[in-house]
Amino acid sequence: MSHSLISRRTLLKTSAAGAAFGAAGLPFSLRPARAASATIGFIYVGPKDDYGYNQAHAEGAKVLKGMSGVTVVEEENVPESVDVQKTMESMINLDDATLVFPTSFGYFDPHMLAMCKKFPDVQFRHCGGLWHKDKHPANAGSYFGYIAMGQYLNGVVAGHATKSKKIGFVAAKPIPQVLNNVNSFLLGARSVDPSITCQVIFTGEWSLAVKEAEATNALVDQGADVITCHVDGPKVVVQTAANRGAFVCGYHASQAPLAPEKYLTGAEWNWATVYEMYAKHLLAGEPLPNFTRGGLADGFVKMSPLGPGVSDAGRKQFEATLAEIKKGGYAVIKGPLKDNKGKEIAAAGKAFPETAIELESTGFLVEGVQGSTS
Amino acid sequence: MADVTASDVPAPLAPPRLAAALAFTARRAEGIVIPLGALVAGMAAFSVFLLLLGKSPAQFFELMWRGGFGSWFSIQNALLRATPLLLAALCVALPARLGLTVIGGEGAIVLGGVAAAAFGHALSGLPYPVVILAMGLAAMAAGGLWIGAVGALRHYRAVNETISSLLMAYIAIALMNQLVEGPLRDPASLNKPSTHPLDAAYRIGPMPGMDVHWGLAVGIVACVACWVLIDKTRWGFAARVAGGNVRAAQIQGLAVGPLIVGFCALAGALAGLAGMFEVAAVQGSANASLAAGYGYAGILVAFLARQSPLGCIPVAFLLGGIAAAGGLIQRRMGLPDATILVLQGMLFIVVLMSDTLYGRFKIFNPDRWARA
Amino acid sequence: MENDIGLWGVPLAVLGGAIRVSTPFIFVSLGEAITERSGRINLGLEGTLVFGAMAAYAVAVETGSPWLGVLAAMVAGSGFGLLHGWICSFPRVNDIAVGIALMLFGMGLAFFFGKPYIQPSAPNLPAIPLGDWSSIPQVRAALNVNALFVIGAALALFLWWAFKNTKLGLIVRVVGDSADSARAMGLSPTTVRLFATAAGSALAAVGGAYLSLYYPGSWNERISSGQGLMAVALVIFARWNPLGCFAAALLFGGAGALGPALQSVGVTQGYYLFYAAPYILTLVIMIATSSPGRQLAGAPGELSITK
Repeated sequence: MSHSLISRRTLLKTSAAGAAFGAAGLPFSLRPARAASATIGFIYVGPKDDYGYNQAHAEGAKVLKGMSGVTVVEEENVPESVDVQKTMESMINLDDATLVFPTSFGYFDPHMLAMCKKFPDVQFRHCGGLWHKDKHPANAGSYFGYIAMGQYLNGVVAGHATKSKKIGFVAAKPIPQVLNNVNSFLLGARSVDPSITCQVIFTGEWSLAVKEAEATNALVDQGADVITCHVDGPKVVVQTAANRGAFVCGYHASQAPLAPEKYLTGAEWNWATVYEMYAKHLLAGEPLPNFTRGGLADGFVKMSPLGPGVSDAGRKQFEATLAEIKKGGYAVIKGPLKDNKGKEIAAAGKAFPETAIELESTGFLVEGVQGSTS
Repeated sequence: MADVTASDVPAPLAPPRLAAALAFTARRAEGIVIPLGALVAGMAAFSVFLLLLGKSPAQFFELMWRGGFGSWFSIQNALLRATPLLLAALCVALPARLGLTVIGGEGAIVLGGVAAAAFGHALSGLPYPVVILAMGLAAMAAGGLWIGAVGALRHYRAVNETISSLLMAYIAIALMNQLVEGPLRDPASLNKPSTHPLDAAYRIGPMPGMDVHWGLAVGIVACVACWVLIDKTRWGFAARVAGGNVRAAQIQGLAVGPLIVGFCALAGALAGLAGMFEVAAVQGSANASLAAGYGYAGILVAFLARQSPLGCIPVAFLLGGIAAAGGLIQRRMGLPDATILVLQGMLFIVVLMSDTLYGRFKIFNPDRWARA
Repeated sequence: MENDIGLWGVPLAVLGGAIRVSTPFIFVSLGEAITERSGRINLGLEGTLVFGAMAAYAVAVETGSPWLGVLAAMVAGSGFGLLHGWICSFPRVNDIAVGIALMLFGMGLAFFFGKPYIQPSAPNLPAIPLGDWSSIPQVRAALNVNALFVIGAALALFLWWAFKNTKLGLIVRVVGDSADSARAMGLSPTTVRLFATAAGSALAAVGGAYLSLYYPGSWNERISSGQGLMAVALVIFARWNPLGCFAAALLFGGAGALGPALQSVGVTQGYYLFYAAPYILTLVIMIATSSPGRQLAGAPGELSITK
């Protein structure tokens, strides 16, 4: 389940904020009353219909638009600079937003932290799991999902679909979140056939259409026949791979409509779960959890429906693995395991489930991944 | 006023002092009235665009005013966004005096930022002024070398500066990424590779009484200093001569080579300084966010200001205000963020077209007042 | 594995990349060559390219025909060109600055009207399978050449010939080299430049159509990574020679494919620097081939950027 760490201080503070809220409607109420309405701000780093990271968040925000009492304000294409600070400030000053979701990873430090200090009565929740109660303000917080498990399931399906025993991964940058996804994708495939290898190509940018297409072509040229990716908008990778006749596994959001025949499945965010939870707390005048994480079992992450390219055996193993993961405690990174330079990562018997803190600083690619972290 | 009765002998219209004052005002007024008129015309054109889409121009400009200029918060927002544009624009305006079109200031900004971050971290522990000075000098050196090289290539190898500066901007960004993810990376910067963060003690804070960092003051001072350099010193004069005609300048005995390299290096140094402020006052470390496009926005500012360093100040403020209001317009009117780009493009086009009007109105030319 | 081509993948990728990636550069630089040969510079082709990409995609989505999309891009592109040419026909208006303004305007309009077309899929332009003789799928893929690439190559050849041997080519060159002698010949430099800019912009927009309708073959706001701006620079690099533009575009595209290809065979260190290869290569060649003695041989005399 989600791990909610609510410090006492936050609790007091949010209640106070709730009271201030309620005061508008019920001026003489003594206890924190229900806030009649609230404005919630969403900030995206790219276009909110990018078939990827930003779309996943915007789909979550869209659910809130349907909730009574909630006003959603959104801004897209906001760079990780003073722009985002001023956007938050503008949402608070001019739109009366009391809860802000800056959704891009790079918004946290220093931008969101600066705003937290400036507006102690406003709540900020950031996507990415960076918040720490000893280091960061109490009106800030983090939410994130264990999506690497989704990439593991992608790998399981890919392992059944690959004929060349080589699968490919188009990645933006060699950072822990991306490396966990690459490792999980290969290990998922290796759970089907341990001889499978995965080639990774880093494009160096979160969004760079031509380079993503070139990387996909290079992977297919080297024999990879199932491709997945971790870039902001997977549209180009999915279309290019499908055009070359390779199968694809999606990421961030469902790209199935782009390549219905070649799309096997995909690891999708399901942010509506998180945003609804926050909005309900906010409307009820209750404190918001500072730190929320969850995976497939908690509805933070979901899998796209399996496509026509998935074999019966693939479907069976996918469903069995998914059921196993939902029970909790499932570990993808478990010993004996070496990295692709031959160094031992986990001795026999040692396992790192998705919640393991060590996975947040992953700096290795597991044995069988062709590529380098620097 | 322009319709003065024809007469062969220019007759004094008013007592000499008043006439002189009028003439003075008229000459100066041209440079203000024409661009302002153009801005109004541009807004009118944009209003037509909005009307065609069924949106309300009144609401648009009301929000633009509120978001960008109408309150102390909005003004600070505009000023903060204008800050990096000032120094970036000088990187275009200075070489322009020599007839060079440098469009790669972005490269100097990112390298300046990286240099500042590296020095700021390495010198941690030394007194505040020393570290800040060292960071500033390192950033200026990095930016100065980069654009200075563009000038040197231009003069000594006849490599076109427009292309070389653009190519070098792309190379600089690649270099920055390589350094930030390689040798200069802070191992603790896990999911957003960055250099070691600058110690909190060495951050550049806001100016007193406002929420805008000192980069604004430095930018304005730099604009004024560049204006003095170009308009009031012999180097500036020499640069203008060389910008007009290199051969004529050489015949006059001007050292054109050092002049070109020097102006380019200074331009790059100022852009590098913009990178230093991004690191020390905004980001706290150098990372990929440094390449935020300020260098390219600076080109726009410089051309809109007709390459005048002083003109860069109001233009940067105007563009900063438009950018500041962009978010509000996106949220309130449901217009895409690109609306601001369309508006900027329209304003820019009309202002440039107005260049053709200079010298056409008699009212601004006292010498012609008396003649028909 | 029977289709494992190992290290041969690198030259193959460079070849394939040269063909795939170069086409927008070919069209934009050929277009700009026409404009600059007439003595005017249009720095705004990046905006035209992006708008062309959007217009082509939108029309292809609406009509189901990618070729109608290309046509729409050409019409829109020539519109931007006419606007540029018209504004620059006023005295004292700076053509470089107008280009930058139009870059902004074109991109703004493209993003503005392109929003509803980010999600739908458009039919792609067809490819010509020139590699069918080979049994190796990678070779077949690399030589799967889009019709626009072939048209671009033919156009480069044609323009090279036409500048030298046709009356129209001569007119453009005379106007570009000296407005005074053009006027003496009874030509109107303004009109010639207006149409040269329109033609150049129409071609640049076709480059955009290639991006959105073939490779990478989708429309979004990040579809261009500065191809239009870079291609304008390549014209000066190619010394205003259409064949040079073609070669420069191929070189640039091929160098761009180097980064991903090297990673795919295991060369992974310093990939940012490999990605900068096209820029570094172009700069090095420019430095090597320039010398202070002959200042930009072949430059049109009226061009503001080389004066």
